[in-house]
Amino acid sequence: MNLAVEWQGRTMIVRVEETRIDAAVAILFKDAMREMVAMPSDRIILDLSRVAFLDSSGLGAVVAVMKLMDAGRPLEIAGLTPTVEKVFRLTRMDRVFTIHPTAGAGDDDAR
Amino acid sequence: MTMPDSAEGKAHPGAIHCWLPGDAFAVRATLAQLLPRLAELIPCEDDLGAAEIVLAEVLNNIVEHAYRGRRGDIEVDLTITPEGVRFVVTDSGDPFPDRRLPSGRLVAGRLTDSLPEGGFGWHLIRNLSRELHYERNRGQNRLSFLLPADQSRKRGEIGRS
Repeated sequence: MNLAVEWQGRTMIVRVEETRIDAAVAILFKDAMREMVAMPSDRIILDLSRVAFLDSSGLGAVVAVMKLMDAGRPLEIAGLTPTVEKVFRLTRMDRVFTIHPTAGAGDDDAR
Repeated sequence: MTMPDSAEGKAHPGAIHCWLPGDAFAVRATLAQLLPRLAELIPCEDDLGAAEIVLAEVLNNIVEHAYRGRRGDIEVDLTITPEGVRFVVTDSGDPFPDRRLPSGRLVAGRLTDSLPEGGFGWHLIRNLSRELHYERNRGQNRLSFLLPADQSRKRGEIGRS
């Protein structure tokens, strides 16, 4: 599971460098993210812009990662591709997570 | 469109038959093989995305809940009908509890520990497919469903009002 980390101040941006988060890799994703969560940060933005496909196992893993975060330290999502956006919307997880169009610089909110 | 609706089971230029072992990597490989072929049958990107979600959920559900780590095969048959692509998925794993498909109802979750990490799969399947039908026969599970492929539709949601 390849993750690329970038910092904007105390915000950790984790870009998933995989095209799929599915049942075959959901546990690997969760384990890799556990290490990210263990590093001190004020919040984590999970950049899914490279992920073309995420299934219910992948979504469950994202929810599990959110539960690993301490209270008051949010996990936010950025860069949903069309099929991933559909999964978030249909399961109403788009109302649970703060979702940014992109995680990149220029997004004032992601600073 | 004059394609006969009664073609089910007959050799048909638009029919695809495949089988795969019941494990998550085989599911991934099968989807990668099927998707380019489905793209020819399902012109709308939105419909194609929905098809990939439903297929992944159905196949992974068999791996996780019907075979539960045991060896077993999954058979996938698809036929083209005027309404869309009709799938029949067969496995020899455990039946569904009470021989009924899960409701797929989402548990109302807020940003708390009560938020579910599972149970999203059937919600997605039920939302994105039509004519979902399950049968248990001679030790086999047989799930059939239709994935709409409106040739004229460019965008929008399937099965939603």
